[in-house]
Amino acid sequence: MSTSRAMRQSFALRFSSSAFLIFWVVIASFPILWITVMSFKSPVDAFADNPLDVIMGPNTLSRGDGLSVIDIVLGLAVIFFTLRWMFTRLPGWIDSYSPAGLKVLGWVVGAAVYAIAFLVVFFGILPLILEPLNSILGPLGEPFLGLTTQHYVAVWGENEFYRNFGNSMLVTAGVVTISLTVGTLAGYGLARSGSDLAFWLLILALIFRALPHSVLVAGYLPWFINSAEILRPIFGDVSPTLYGQPWAVIAVLVAINQPFTIWMLRSFFQNIPAELDEAARVDGCSHFQAFRRVIMPVMWPGVITTGLFSFLLGYNDFLVTSLLLDAQNQTMVPAIAGYFNRETTTTDQVEAVAAAVSITAPLFLLVMVFQRQIVSGLTAGAVKG
Amino acid sequence: MMKFKTFFAFVAPSVFMMVLFIALPLVSVFIQSFQITQPVMQQMEVETCTPGFITQTCVTEVKTIPTIGEDGKVITTTEWVGFESYRNVLQMDKVWDAVASGNVKDILQIDFWKALRFTLMFTLLTLPLVIGVGLLIALTVNNAAKAVRGPVIFISLLPFIITPVIGSLSIYWLFVGDGILTAMMERWTGTNISMFAQAWTIELLMYFYRVWHVAPFAFVIFYAGLQTVNMDTLESAVIDGASRWERLRHVIIPHLMPLIVFIALIHLMDCYRVFEEIIGFRSQAHVISLQWLTFDFLTPDDAGNRAIARASASAMLTMIGIVFLLILPLRRTWRDHKGSAH
Repeated sequence: MSTSRAMRQSFALRFSSSAFLIFWVVIASFPILWITVMSFKSPVDAFADNPLDVIMGPNTLSRGDGLSVIDIVLGLAVIFFTLRWMFTRLPGWIDSYSPAGLKVLGWVVGAAVYAIAFLVVFFGILPLILEPLNSILGPLGEPFLGLTTQHYVAVWGENEFYRNFGNSMLVTAGVVTISLTVGTLAGYGLARSGSDLAFWLLILALIFRALPHSVLVAGYLPWFINSAEILRPIFGDVSPTLYGQPWAVIAVLVAINQPFTIWMLRSFFQNIPAELDEAARVDGCSHFQAFRRVIMPVMWPGVITTGLFSFLLGYNDFLVTSLLLDAQNQTMVPAIAGYFNRETTTTDQVEAVAAAVSITAPLFLLVMVFQRQIVSGLTAGAVKG
Repeated sequence: MMKFKTFFAFVAPSVFMMVLFIALPLVSVFIQSFQITQPVMQQMEVETCTPGFITQTCVTEVKTIPTIGEDGKVITTTEWVGFESYRNVLQMDKVWDAVASGNVKDILQIDFWKALRFTLMFTLLTLPLVIGVGLLIALTVNNAAKAVRGPVIFISLLPFIITPVIGSLSIYWLFVGDGILTAMMERWTGTNISMFAQAWTIELLMYFYRVWHVAPFAFVIFYAGLQTVNMDTLESAVIDGASRWERLRHVIIPHLMPLIVFIALIHLMDCYRVFEEIIGFRSQAHVISLQWLTFDFLTPDDAGNRAIARASASAMLTMIGIVFLLILPLRRTWRDHKGSAH
């Protein structure tokens, strides 16, 4: 826009435009940033009146948890290079070490190894190096910023939040794989069929998408609780009680997610020219073969994007998981509601904050890695209408 | 074109899932809303003895207790009760009383009407805000230097992607008690402020949260739309002497109109089922929504019972709103489809 002279803007407009943008960036990031800072402070500091006290954490510092200049510099350096190499070097390493054809597995293993290596360096090796360094360097080694990880230790250790994390991972992994498998087939069918039936199916899916989830859960609950008796005539004594079963929740979330998934995948498949599969059909492929040999190799961008949104649905869900799972196999988001009930002391409150930040951290990484796919997913539905 | 059989084979798994877990539950909810399942109660003489000074003191009384079947479970019966559950949810008698006595505001004391009022107001008030703020961010980002656009989009996506319960909690923690922002407002105004003691301040925070959460979605879509504005049209508008505001109104907004309709539709659907805010802000004593009402009926009470019948009735009543919500866009889509098919 700036190239055209006619479009040139006055200083006042440019100034107010940038001022608004800065304002928005602050508003967008502040709540998340602030709870992250809070989660590392002692309760007195986390809920202090003075913002500076929350940031500097004098009370946390007086209890012996603090960082010196050297700690901060080295810690930030490790984090910076971890994030940088995640984008610059990690893909290369994975490419060279993973056997051909198993690239997806290679990424999963590679990402896990990378994460573990980071944890070992950051929490294992770094403190060992920093301890002698701090004692040599005098004023630079003197702690000045109060910071404690005690709430994270409490949440993940004593409160066994890793169990909830495991359940969340199980549910989301199930939701993503099944919804994509089922949805890709349907999306392809809908994109390539111009029939009225396909149109009505899409409209029905649109109506289903608008349904509040509590309406559906009201339909599941009586059946799920009594399913062992209802299914006994068919499956005999092995018939399960669906209530409290993670795989039943996966099935429910997949179904709830289907309307959105098929709409999105359909719009991606419509962007793949139909001539491609027609050519394959001329060469003697059936529709399924054309789908497998010709479409599957080119459909990954759309599938990854849709997968991200399925992931978000499973990961962020509160309503379905809190009503259909019991306390033993609760996922992370409903588990945090448990903190409200026993939120009696301020320590419990800060632990709840730490749990909330723990839930947000994977999403932060997700946006970092997949920003482009998320943006393209949001616009794909809209541009197609 | 695909043959019907092939098409069916492709969509069958998806349709099966949707029928089993969306369509059938809907039918089930509809039926449940006319039934009540209760434990079979029986009158039993129960003798309770407490140790006394010399002999035991025993009292025999007639109690009503649930019958236990042979398998050790409570026997239940299911009865057709017509519209009773609907009456329990709507409480029309109280509504008419309120109207008759002239205290129309009393209607909002009843849970269902309270929830309906909030849900509708929430949906309608946040809609223009989301579209306005989203458009404003898109215009300013489009105006900014290329180098800052990527980071701004990254930061903007955070409120959108965050778990809704956690997002509302993060704002709750800024204001709860003497939270950092409440303390700041108290310093400015010199009065004691409590953001979670009355309904309207909670609602204000909920509106803020929802706009914060959804505006990025509108922004990303508008931003993509702005990249396809026809520069020739825009330049000829400049030559015609159109001011910046006129260009926005007569060139840019008409170009973005389909996107505005799309965002409005998605926003209406998502906002009508507002729920997570109630959990995150812990506002159930002051502000509730329709979906929360159904959720609350489904949550076991202290005795472990779930009010399935009332939940089903409130769910069916919620569905009526969806019909109104979707009727206009669906008619439009149908007309477009008929127009394109022939």
